[in-house]
Amino acid sequence: MRDQRWWTWHVAAGLVILVFLGLHMVIMHLDAVVGIFNPHGGHPIEWANVVERAKSAFFMVTYIVLLGAALFHGLYGLRNILFELNPASALKRGLNIILVAGGFGLFALGTWAAWQSFVLATTHVIAHTL
Amino acid sequence: MTNTPTEVIFRIRRFDPAVDGEPHWEEHRLSYTAGMTVLDGLRKIKETASPTLAWRSSCRMGVCGSCGMFVNGRPRLACNTQVTELDTNLVLVAPLPNFTTIRDLVPDLMPMFDAHVALHPYIIRDDVDEQYGPAGEFVQSIHEVEQYLQFSYCIKCGCCMAACPTYATDPTYSGPMPLSQAHRYNVDTRDGGFKARRKDLAGERGPWRCHYAGECSRVCPKGVDPAKAIQLMKRELVLDYLHLLRHGCPAKVVPRPAGATRRDGIPDAPAPTIANAPRM
Repeated sequence: MRDQRWWTWHVAAGLVILVFLGLHMVIMHLDAVVGIFNPHGGHPIEWANVVERAKSAFFMVTYIVLLGAALFHGLYGLRNILFELNPASALKRGLNIILVAGGFGLFALGTWAAWQSFVLATTHVIAHTL
Repeated sequence: MTNTPTEVIFRIRRFDPAVDGEPHWEEHRLSYTAGMTVLDGLRKIKETASPTLAWRSSCRMGVCGSCGMFVNGRPRLACNTQVTELDTNLVLVAPLPNFTTIRDLVPDLMPMFDAHVALHPYIIRDDVDEQYGPAGEFVQSIHEVEQYLQFSYCIKCGCCMAACPTYATDPTYSGPMPLSQAHRYNVDTRDGGFKARRKDLAGERGPWRCHYAGECSRVCPKGVDPAKAIQLMKRELVLDYLHLLRHGCPAKVVPRPAGATRRDGIPDAPAPTIANAPRM
């Protein structure tokens, strides 16, 4: 049952990545056509555009969701590759713990970073406005 | 091969665990005869040069699945492989990889059959009385038959297991043959055993380790596509997890036609033996 559940989430995470990575590609590489996420014009990674996106709650949420999906998708795939090498049961348990702990650790770090950039961007804008 | 060979060189991997420390190669030269198969060559060698050479074979026509061997780097049926199709007059014959060797060209296929049995490769009805005492025939449309027909051609020769890169390293993986056969019954509308099979399929022994190398389908001597069965099985299990899969066996029993009479001279069918089988 466990693998059935995890595989389903693996597929679902792949779909999330497809959507949000697609969004990323549109923002970064189709800015000449779809410029709505780069209101200040110029290159998408220019400071003004980055700050504009960072102060958006929508982008903050998508960064976190994409991070979670990518971590789960990637780490579950890595687990499958490692388990194909037929490690001993104890090593399998150890790998599970490392991957789960590492995944949650990276997710917490990334979430904190996304939140901080959101806070920083919004306060920066507020300070700039004042 | 553009020219028919006059001589064929058989290089055979020999191993008798009672005598040999490790396998060794033995070479035999045979005159080519028209239509010569690898199995023909092995028989000739056993008759004339190497009487202790061991292998499995039975039907000689690609039906029984006994003579699966590793011929020129690919799992094949020895009876179904013409020497000329190998495109060389050097025939390398070894036992199927991914199995332990009992002797010479005889692999131990029991792990494959154990995995096969564990996945309940037979029809399990929701209506148990009908399963053990069938009152008639079940209705299936052509479309429903096509869902499992090609998978039912499997002869359990083990060639797919020998070609599978995942099974080569991960013995917990059930392998292409057992999984494709589980799928064969899962999609049979006469069957309602999905839940029973799911106990194993949903876990580590299920289709999750398959990363679609497709070698199993490439080497299958019967044209079965186990890789496709495994991908379809993944889809079924995902849909099952999402509660989007319809379970049960809707195929209904057709009542005997009213008023039909048997023509003279046609004997009654023998009593179904399934009635004597132990109930699961």
